[in-house]
Amino acid sequence: MKPSALLRLPAVLLLLTALPALAQSGEAKVDPGDNAWVLVCSALVLLMTGPGLALFYGGLVRQKNLLATMMQSFMMMAVMTVLWALVGYSLAFSPGNSFIGGFDYLFLSGVGTEPYGSISHLTFMVFQMMFAIITPALISGAFAERMKFSAMLVFTILWGFIVYFPMAHMVWGPGGLLNAFGGGAIGCLDFAGGTVVHISSGVSALVCALVIGKRRGYPTEAMRPNSLPLSFIGACLLWVGWFGFNAGSALKADGIAASALVATHLAAAAAVLGWLLAEWIRDGKPSMLGGITGAVAGLVCITPGAGFVSPMDAMIIGFLGGLVCYFSVAVIKAKLGYDDSLDAFGVHGVGGTLGAILTGVFATKAVNDGFNGGPMGLLDGNVGQFFNNFLGVLLTWALAAIATFIILKIVDATIGLRVDQSDEVLGLDMTQHGEEAYSPQG
Amino acid sequence: MKRIEAIIQPYKMDDVREALKEIGVNGMTIYDVRGHGRQKGHKEVYRGQEYEVDLLPKMKIELIIADDQVDETVQAIVESARTGKIGDGKVFIYPIDDVVRIRNRERGEAAL
Repeated sequence: MKPSALLRLPAVLLLLTALPALAQSGEAKVDPGDNAWVLVCSALVLLMTGPGLALFYGGLVRQKNLLATMMQSFMMMAVMTVLWALVGYSLAFSPGNSFIGGFDYLFLSGVGTEPYGSISHLTFMVFQMMFAIITPALISGAFAERMKFSAMLVFTILWGFIVYFPMAHMVWGPGGLLNAFGGGAIGCLDFAGGTVVHISSGVSALVCALVIGKRRGYPTEAMRPNSLPLSFIGACLLWVGWFGFNAGSALKADGIAASALVATHLAAAAAVLGWLLAEWIRDGKPSMLGGITGAVAGLVCITPGAGFVSPMDAMIIGFLGGLVCYFSVAVIKAKLGYDDSLDAFGVHGVGGTLGAILTGVFATKAVNDGFNGGPMGLLDGNVGQFFNNFLGVLLTWALAAIATFIILKIVDATIGLRVDQSDEVLGLDMTQHGEEAYSPQG
Repeated sequence: MKRIEAIIQPYKMDDVREALKEIGVNGMTIYDVRGHGRQKGHKEVYRGQEYEVDLLPKMKIELIIADDQVDETVQAIVESARTGKIGDGKVFIYPIDDVVRIRNRERGEAAL
């Protein structure tokens, strides 16, 4: 469960462990305003994957892989949706142990119109579903232009079970190990998914890039984006969709939601400036691609802290996010030589890690009194929270890295991860899907 | 009859067409092409990663003209496409055996 729904309503805390009983007793009520807001936010978060991320990634690959790359994002809208309804939501959000939920909500049984906080349970379920869709889609940036479509499907399904559902449960689920507001042993502040979404996908992306290996011809051959205007449209849709992602995570249409939306927007803007500044100085020219990548980096970076930090701190977080992600993509990646093709790790892994740590620094009770008067982050005087957030980051890195490595090895040994060399040269559009993005004539 | 094939800088296309029009050459076929001769490529930087792009965009013009127009035509192209820098392009001149106008089966210079 996202923390902020509980923040000023200690009574709701009880809901966390005794939800079905309470819901049936009718003590809580669905607030039409809150419910409407979170439903709209669900739509906004879906928009981030399709067409947002599909366009952002699609524009960055070579033309022969444009459709296949868009398809990798789009397929998550189908696969993860079905998986989430069948079993994923239950494993993430029904009561279980510290690491994973149980089977109470299997096939969405017991998930209906009853209240869940001040929204309906179905609203909460579908909002969370959109997060489960975009997270594995983000990873596809690392293995773009060379992974078999079938292997991608098997990988992401297994990844959902072994990485995403446990992560969502640990951070937001009842009794989760890292749930700061739900009795977690190592309570982490993660407002909208810095650990669950961005670190988990980003670190897994790095492992994918390392295990699958470089694209044929990388880095000597020029692998230029086929259409930066497509990427531009995608990035701007991501920016807008992110309002749903972060502000919707308040699970209410309240002041915290407004604070999260403002923080999100300011961080994105500051990150554009941070990235472009670094690029202008080092590479000589501020590029459009740099600008939109900076925006995404800032959005990633503010995600865990969106509902916890002040507007000015959000700008600092965003600006740092732009600088640090630029450095990781332009300098570190080149030095280490791995082919994270669309920089899923450099932006989401690095930005998510930075954001999670900075949330432990800048979270403040002046914005969000989540601990009922107690200090929130390091600058509030809560040193322990800083370390908790740091531990949460380490744990997420470890789970994502180890699990992804094992899943990839299993998929490789069974059906193979990578397309044939000749298929890679011809492009995934033709060889995996039998179609081309643009027909030469008529 | 000769076939004139000129590879020029894309931004010189309008000037060349204007110059050809002035000397009365109207028909032509043009192509978007990529290539390079002595000209070095340029660098493009994507997210800090530098790529050397050596196949540069050029325009190719093809015209078939009567023998007595060759000098005038080549001169018009050279004058209008020239900047004096490396990368201005080249003009190639080939002999043509015959021409057939599909509409009325005219042949030779009458078909031009």
